[in-house]
Amino acid sequence: MFGFILRRVGMLIPTFIGVTLVAFFFIRLLPGDPILLLAGERGISAERYAELQHAFGFDQPVLIQYFHYLTGLFHGDFGMSMVTRRPVWDEFFALFPATLELSFVAIVIAVVIGIPAGVIAAVKRGSIFDYSVMTSALVGYSMPIFWWALLAIIVFSGWLEWTPVSGRISVMYFFEPVTGFMLIDSLLSDQAGAFESAFSHLVLPSIVLATIPMAVIARQTRSAMLEVLGEDYVRTARAKGLRRVRVVGMHALRNALIPVVTTIGLQVGVLMAGAILTETIFSWPGIGKWMVDSISRRDYQVVQGGLLMIAMMVMLVNLVVDLLYGLINPRIRHR
Amino acid sequence: MSDTTQLIENVSRQSTKAVLKEFWFYFSENRGAVLGLFVFLTLVLLALFAPYITPHDATMQYRDALLVPPAWAEGGNSSYLLGTDAVGRDILSRLVIGSRFSLFVGIVVVVIALVGGIILGLVAGYYGGTVDTIVMRIMDIILAFPSLLLALVMVALLGPGLLNAMIAIAIVYQPHFVRLTRAAVMAERDREYVVAARVSGASSLRLMFLTILPNCTAPLIVQATLSFSSAILDIAALGFLGMGAQPPTPEWGTMLAEAREFILRAWWVVTFPGVSILVTVLAINLIGDGLRDALDPKLKRS
Amino acid sequence: MKLLTKALAATALAAVLSTTAQAKTLVYCSEGSPEGFTPALYTAGTTFDASSHTIYNKLVEFERGSTNVVPGLAESWDVSEDGLEYTFHLRKGVKFHTTKDFTPSRDFNADDVIFSFMRQKDPNHPYNKVSGGTYEYFGGMSMDSLIKDIVKVDDNTVKFVLNQVEAPFIANMAMDFASIASAEYAAQIEKTGNLDMFDQNPVGTGPFQLVAYQKDAVIRYKAFADYWGGKAAIDDLIFAITPDASVRYQKMKAGECDVMPYPNPADIKAMDEDPNINLMQQEGLNVGYLAYNNQKDKFKDVRVRKALNMAINKQAILDAVFQGAGKAAKNPIPPTMWSYNDKVQDDPYDPEAAKKLLEEAGVSDMKTNIWAMPVQRPYNPNARRMAELIQADWKAIGVDAEIVSYEWGEYLKRSSAGEHDTVLLGWTGDNGDPDNFMYVLLGCDAVESGANRAKWCNEEFNDLLVKAKQTTDIAERTKLYEEAQVVFKREAPWATIAHSVVFMPVSTKVKNYKIDPFGGHIFYGVDIDK
Repeated sequence: MFGFILRRVGMLIPTFIGVTLVAFFFIRLLPGDPILLLAGERGISAERYAELQHAFGFDQPVLIQYFHYLTGLFHGDFGMSMVTRRPVWDEFFALFPATLELSFVAIVIAVVIGIPAGVIAAVKRGSIFDYSVMTSALVGYSMPIFWWALLAIIVFSGWLEWTPVSGRISVMYFFEPVTGFMLIDSLLSDQAGAFESAFSHLVLPSIVLATIPMAVIARQTRSAMLEVLGEDYVRTARAKGLRRVRVVGMHALRNALIPVVTTIGLQVGVLMAGAILTETIFSWPGIGKWMVDSISRRDYQVVQGGLLMIAMMVMLVNLVVDLLYGLINPRIRHR
Repeated sequence: MSDTTQLIENVSRQSTKAVLKEFWFYFSENRGAVLGLFVFLTLVLLALFAPYITPHDATMQYRDALLVPPAWAEGGNSSYLLGTDAVGRDILSRLVIGSRFSLFVGIVVVVIALVGGIILGLVAGYYGGTVDTIVMRIMDIILAFPSLLLALVMVALLGPGLLNAMIAIAIVYQPHFVRLTRAAVMAERDREYVVAARVSGASSLRLMFLTILPNCTAPLIVQATLSFSSAILDIAALGFLGMGAQPPTPEWGTMLAEAREFILRAWWVVTFPGVSILVTVLAINLIGDGLRDALDPKLKRS
Repeated sequence: MKLLTKALAATALAAVLSTTAQAKTLVYCSEGSPEGFTPALYTAGTTFDASSHTIYNKLVEFERGSTNVVPGLAESWDVSEDGLEYTFHLRKGVKFHTTKDFTPSRDFNADDVIFSFMRQKDPNHPYNKVSGGTYEYFGGMSMDSLIKDIVKVDDNTVKFVLNQVEAPFIANMAMDFASIASAEYAAQIEKTGNLDMFDQNPVGTGPFQLVAYQKDAVIRYKAFADYWGGKAAIDDLIFAITPDASVRYQKMKAGECDVMPYPNPADIKAMDEDPNINLMQQEGLNVGYLAYNNQKDKFKDVRVRKALNMAINKQAILDAVFQGAGKAAKNPIPPTMWSYNDKVQDDPYDPEAAKKLLEEAGVSDMKTNIWAMPVQRPYNPNARRMAELIQADWKAIGVDAEIVSYEWGEYLKRSSAGEHDTVLLGWTGDNGDPDNFMYVLLGCDAVESGANRAKWCNEEFNDLLVKAKQTTDIAERTKLYEEAQVVFKREAPWATIAHSVVFMPVSTKVKNYKIDPFGGHIFYGVDIDK
């Protein structure tokens, strides 16, 4: 087992180096000089330009810059935003809890609805329920979520006036972040109405973000269940007269969940991509919106640092899923 | 010497007809898939004949008809069936013309990703060793980034526009095809018929493309269909973020981006482009499901 | 289960809100995040709203709601005979904010003034390079070449010595970059070595002090009790950062915003009819224009520029882009500004005449481009749509134009480098002086520096402007500027498109809000009913 873990982690090293290369060189290739951008429409004198080039290290050969960048990384230095002049690391962690909260709630919604829907659809294969679950799942899976978000705003915020349209909590509530999760912090703050406010802000974006993972999970659960239900031991159990619920719950579901867990793990990348659109539309102050804004502002250092941190996160989650899978399914370890 | 290869290929060719027949049998069993195919073919026809179908010129601005609601709604005008946008362009006409962009983008992306993926996958799987490691690590790197984010950064690098967005998306989709092809090649590489062909002196190229490849087309076709629909979604998302097609191109995502400010005032400018995207993607995904069921009995259950 | 019921009750949100705040709180739904809190470093109006209009003061200030210069941290000032020396007599007893990192030991004095300007002027100043250290406005207003020396006469007197006579100087001193920071605070931070902190935790003398900033979400201020002008009427000021205009309106309707900037033109009518919204409006101190790149051969002939001007249907633009919230422009300065020449005749909208003029100039099958800004500005609420309209107008006279757009920073850079054929842009006044429009945007110096997007250097025009700069007599300056406008119209380096009408939806609870002609948003002097 230990060897397996080592091997998997070892495989990540070249990928990690590749990712830093991509983040570093992509950004160098972007059109538009970052210093000129800093100076804006009124321009900058030649001496000043040279000074700043030096200050940012842009006057050195690219390979040296890359080396400095790498050594910086090992000291936790991910560069400094060119717009706000704050460390990228600080900005990332100031905004990350918002994305984490949104994604977490979304994945919970997706699992809580997706798995039971898939299980029931499989058990009642061919029924109207199965048919409608699979149809909705396919629609959800095909949904342009940015449009879905706009529709949700039109209906729930515009027509019904049930939910607010942007942000994480009403600005009337103010408390120092403790966990960074607005739902929890609002409860800890003991301010009347704070939790309701945080909750109502979270509902629409999390449902929108949950849509695709929910559809994927429901489909995956259904097919995994169908497979397991068709296997001998389940038939045997059923033949032995065990109750249907028990068969489905105890035997089939447990085995069916293995591939589903992997699927859930693999939704992290999907969630990140979804967060880019969802956060932009709902003005949710998280990583996705931050990246989009930084790309359009040509904030080199933020795009570079953000890309790297997001890639590291995805790699880490994939590694964990991989290891878990290896733990559950020993056959894979020796591949 | 190469008679053996010839023979094998002939056999596979003779059976093509039977395979197709069997395929259609399974495919047509899936009603959803047939419906999807029907919708899709309609869309293709619309796109092909778009200029003859549209009631108005898609770029014509009717300055006396700004933000006219759909014909059936109050204040609607039957000359603009789905209403007009903020500068008085007929939405229906723009949507019909827009279908050309979406389908075209989908096809181009899939072709680029498929061709690139097959070549890389074949090479990696067939030769193995260092070549394999390098190719697969590069694919891992691409996969480490969320696809839309990577595409966004690439478009920022290349400059916003439809063509650049297509290139970016095609690159992002590459790894899926590489992985599939490679897995299939590795599974087939040591099969008897391949070994037989190799013994009889077939060249590496011939082995890769003519002997092995036809045997892993099924998963590739399914993946290509899935990528087709994802590409349409992603190009629209990029357009929506201002990084895809640029106005006044009537690309659906770009139309949505332009319509955003009217979200609470003129629902039709927001609704219809989205419906178009959804219907198209849904139709292709239905076909994809049907293809998967029909092409690969192994995949059928999953 | 209890949680769940609690959660379900959340939908009745609006009702909860009004009960939570006892103090007088004003919520301003701002359009974006500030770049930072040191005005001299940045250029965005959003940043100034969050810094120089709240946290800081200037030596002289613009009277709220007008372009008049009134005393600020300086009680009075004298100008020497030769116009080269400005002596400021500083106000006494002005307190700086007390924050968790800093407790001021003394009142505001001459050292603070010298610190604030020398940071920008002197490249060897310890703070010069802190936080990126580009001082765009200081450089852009040519302050570094203008100011020869700054002399501390005594603790309460500062003398600025200039290199040449520059009539708009005093108005420049009221601009955002001239905000005064605390030299004592700077010295304290210098000892810790972490100079960046100075710009992150700002300390000023202004009516509001910063409480907290959550990036991309909210900025909180509280009224500064010891403010020299008297404590602000509101206790708490909140900037709720809301980038989307329709969302801002939505929040306004829900009572979550008291003031919002930049409404969608499309929403104006509904706002006007809303009994809870007081829709204020004023002509903005701005101009939106389309600049022809005069360095490109195709635009060197004035007849071509005139023809293109005549082909543009401005009324259609006012209807479709400004949706009524604009006024057609004929001069490069707005009508509210002194020296506006109303006698100038605009080029008429006449496609036939335009076609003929092009023929005369021997131009056929002209291909060009129109650059459209990716952002919404007061002087141009939707550049893309405007570009599409102009594109269609030009097509009618046989000119094919392609619409080009870049991300904002890239757009500014490339257009200042002159990569465009024609570019849509605009300007909002900095100091209320005509010089700030005409010389900054159309002067020969500005061709080199980039702000002159038309790349147009006309000797006759430039001479008039230079002369006006060196004259202190307003009547004489007015004459010179009026003449310059005639030259401008004759030569047509731009198609002047429109001056916007600024709409400011303000909740009826808000009292005494005034629209800032410079496009800022100022909350000192504003009150709110609770």
